[in-house]
Amino acid sequence: MSIQEFLQHVANGTSLGSLYALIAIGYTLVYGILRLINFAHGDIFMLGAYITYYGIIYTPIPWWLVFILACVLTGLVGLTLEKLAYKPLRGQPRITILISAIGASFLLQNLGVLLFSGRPKAFPTPAILSRTLIIGGVSVSLISIIIPIVTIIILAILSFIIQKTKTGMAMRALSKDYEAASLMGIDINGVISFTFFIGSFLAAVGGIMWGIKYPQLIPLMGVMPGLKCFIAAVIGGIGNITGAVIGGFILGLGEIMLIAFLPSLTGYRDAFAFILLILILLIKPTGLMGEKIAEKV
Amino acid sequence: MLTINDLHVSYGGIKALRGINLKIEENKIVTLIGANGAGKSSTLRAIMNLVKKQSGTVEYNGTDLTNLKTMDIVKKGIALSPEGRRVFPNLTVEENLILGAYTINDKEDIKRTMGEIYNLFPRLKERSWQKAGTLSGGEQQMLAVGRAMMVHPKILMLDEPSLGLAPLLVKDIFDIIKEIHRQGNTILLIEQNAKKALEIADYGYVIETGSIVLEGEGKSLLNNDKVREAYLGESR
Ligand SMILES: Nc1ncnc2c1ncn2[C@@H]1O[C@H](COP(=O)(O)OP(=O)(O)OP(=O)(O)O)[C@@H](O)[C@H]1O
Ligand SMILES: [Mg+2]
Repeated sequence: MSIQEFLQHVANGTSLGSLYALIAIGYTLVYGILRLINFAHGDIFMLGAYITYYGIIYTPIPWWLVFILACVLTGLVGLTLEKLAYKPLRGQPRITILISAIGASFLLQNLGVLLFSGRPKAFPTPAILSRTLIIGGVSVSLISIIIPIVTIIILAILSFIIQKTKTGMAMRALSKDYEAASLMGIDINGVISFTFFIGSFLAAVGGIMWGIKYPQLIPLMGVMPGLKCFIAAVIGGIGNITGAVIGGFILGLGEIMLIAFLPSLTGYRDAFAFILLILILLIKPTGLMGEKIAEKV
Repeated sequence: MLTINDLHVSYGGIKALRGINLKIEENKIVTLIGANGAGKSSTLRAIMNLVKKQSGTVEYNGTDLTNLKTMDIVKKGIALSPEGRRVFPNLTVEENLILGAYTINDKEDIKRTMGEIYNLFPRLKERSWQKAGTLSGGEQQMLAVGRAMMVHPKILMLDEPSLGLAPLLVKDIFDIIKEIHRQGNTILLIEQNAKKALEIADYGYVIETGSIVLEGEGKSLLNNDKVREAYLGESR
């Protein structure tokens, strides 16, 4: 393998890893606060991509504005999902909410088939974003460079929100003690809604960039990335944002490198994530950055 | 000012409060004493709407608080420092205090109040950047009290604020309670140390298995035979 080829794989792996990281954050944020695996998260990602598709094809709105609006809209869908499928079950055993999440996932997938049809749609990538650059003899698609940059910017904003703002503090407080948080006058429902909004917004950012990189949309497109990003979140230590990012990159880079160095294993591409999951659960069940998992009281 | 009327609370069919009536007058220290499991914490938790009231009302200066959400009760000026500290372990001391003032938007005010609390508890100031989970038990207790004071509550409810503190610190906490009171605040205090509580209280209620069995001025309860025997560990 030439050095050029290798760098190409690194670029590819980095951008795939960034996408995984963006989606994994959604899992980890929600888990951190509700101790819930939001199984519908991958389908929210799918919705983000489709909303963008329809926005670009059927409205005169400029593409960049469609991108922003689609993320906001997807955020609102995520927030609504919580209100309808999870909030009424709060205080019930965790397994109940988990089953509701699995139901919500199936519902969104089938709603997708119904509304968007099962036939694949080509993502309408704006011409300006579909260029390929030659950097030092390596040809890299522009989007492969944009993805990590966007991810880094978003991560910086997110960590600012969580570390420095009052809402971020409230999120961290809530993740430890609902009751004490409400005694501070924190609007519990508001913070939970906000969390779902952010997670779904990020999933939509991921969905759009995914659509540009792999421009074929189907209603089940969220299933595999959803599972993998859940795994990424677990590998990193679910509930921990840095962990989710690390997990995402490990998975993205690992997957691409596996194909690059052992092309005969290409068919096992998806299995890679699961093998990694099994390994991490055996070696360090709390994940790389995970704290001891304390039962919520 | 705060009036609790015929409050009933049960946990899964087991009655914890059986018709509590309380009145908390402005600028007074009121204490609630009773044995373990008598229902003291449940009363405070019901006032804050952390537990469901089976029946009964809570009224504050003419406003009905009975069905308000906890956060709205806080906004009305009632704060609870809960039993068992409940500081946010993953947040720093400073962040815990800032969250205590969550409903206040005036940054200057928050800063000033934080300064006052650091004056009351210099120990917290030294450790302002430390994660609350790594504080000692006593320091956590100071933080819990300080945090509840951050909103300038009109009524500050303290559920066993001296629990786990060394005797010297217990005295400090009581001094601080008196100081907060002197600044014109109303306090509802629960204490294991009934004697100390009654000594500083203007008024006291004795609660037994979910009912008020005795009430009166702090001094008179201190001299009451029944109280002396049951709660002050003195024989007749
Ligand atoms: N969440 C709960 N579920 C079930 N029972 C509860 C719950 N909380 C309190 N109880 C019961 O209600 C009764 C009153 O409890 P409460 O905490 O109000 O007592 P307390 O007077 O504060 O006691 P202590 O001095 O030990 O703190 C007790 O019998 C207790 O076991
Ligand atoms: Mg108690």
